Amino acid sequence: MDATHKKYLRMNKLPHIWCPGCGDGTIMGSFIRAIDRLGYDKDDVAAVSGIGCSGRITGYLDFNTLHTTHGRALAFATGVKMAKPRLKVFVFMGDGDATAIGGNHLIHSCRRNIDITAIIFNNNIYGMTGGQYSPTTPRDKYATTAPYGTTDPHFDIAKLCIGAGASYVARGTSYHAKMLTDLIVAGAEHKGFSVIEIITHCPVNFGRRNELETPVDMLLWQKDHAVRMAKAEKMTADELADRFIIGELHKADIPEYVEEYDRLIERVQRGDTGRG
Amino acid sequence: MAKKNFGITVDRKICKSCGICVAFCPVSVFTTDHDDKAVVTYPEKCTGCRQCELLCPDYCIDVEEIAHG
Ligand SMILES: Cc1ncc(C[n+]2csc(CCOP(=O)(O)OP(=O)(O)O)c2C)c(N)n1
Ligand code: SF4
Ligand code: SF4
Ligand code: SF4
Ligand SMILES: [Mg+2]
Repeated sequence: MDATHKKYLRMNKLPHIWCPGCGDGTIMGSFIRAIDRLGYDKDDVAAVSGIGCSGRITGYLDFNTLHTTHGRALAFATGVKMAKPRLKVFVFMGDGDATAIGGNHLIHSCRRNIDITAIIFNNNIYGMTGGQYSPTTPRDKYATTAPYGTTDPHFDIAKLCIGAGASYVARGTSYHAKMLTDLIVAGAEHKGFSVIEIITHCPVNFGRRNELETPVDMLLWQKDHAVRMAKAEKMTADELADRFIIGELHKADIPEYVEEYDRLIERVQRGDTGRG
Repeated sequence: MAKKNFGITVDRKICKSCGICVAFCPVSVFTTDHDDKAVVTYPEKCTGCRQCELLCPDYCIDVEEIAHG
């Protein structure tokens, strides 16, 4: 552990509860290095999470933290941001948290383009509750609730968020730890709703059931299947078929929600109701 | 230019024996002990890339450059 860990983590809460080799710990490391690079004062950061293994992160991060209910982290975070716009708000969600029970909050936060950075731990499974399949479990993969394999196609979280109107969307992995820090920094600096989808690994509840027996097998899988944007542009659809693209996927300069809301208040207080 | 030397420490108390540092150190500095915990066996090979520090999910590893002289 170095000075960065000691500065940004609640040392009395460590070691964390995540399983041996779980991606969540590696991601937390990439995140605090991002905050360190951004130079934010700890009191100016709010970290909000939902429920799941990933949601436990707010127990360890030493900022203003809020551990909320399953699927509702973005609703709480919206309240935090509206009440205290000066705070840099980061929301941590699992794939189930963000796209199953919390799917509605996710798409509408994207649509509003509120200045929040959403960090989604996509381990393709409900980790905490024992390995039920989630909306991001790929077809034909095994889960406790899919003993013969899943039949559903899966959500592509990054595409979903681009479609719903998020103004910054990136995808990283728990293996490409340096790149993940870069993406979190860029997402935080972007004004608007930023989504960083992280392809991560749950060796215990996903890997073991899907022929990726160890954390090392899962990281090797990421290394072999992730393709950087620049390289992907030179590849054919066939070559990209069972791979995924990492890096900045989308960026747009569009009105941000808190600013628009303030503008509305200011206008109405001037006596201009907008009705001429 | 003289080769740089690095001191590597593993906090054995908090190591969870996941094998990540052992597998991903590009020059195989680590081996494992009877509990599968990481052991620094070939520190002289270390290039200081810090891949082990970045990937260890439990922040057990510290890599420091050793000053000459
Ligand atoms: C309202 C509600 N419904 C269901 C649950 C049970 N539950 C806890 S975590 C979880 C899913 C966890 O999966 P994910 O969000 O992907 O997080 P992970 O554990 O994989 O990080 C569920 C269904 C709950 N806590 N609250
Ligand atoms: S169940 Fe999976 S996601 Fe949860 S801590 Fe264990 S390895 Fe990590
Ligand atoms: S810094 Fe790089 S070379 Fe040195 S032990 Fe760690 S992974 Fe191996
Ligand atoms: S990566 Fe960390 S926890 Fe895993 S074996 Fe190495 S030192 Fe231990
Ligand atoms: Mg999950």
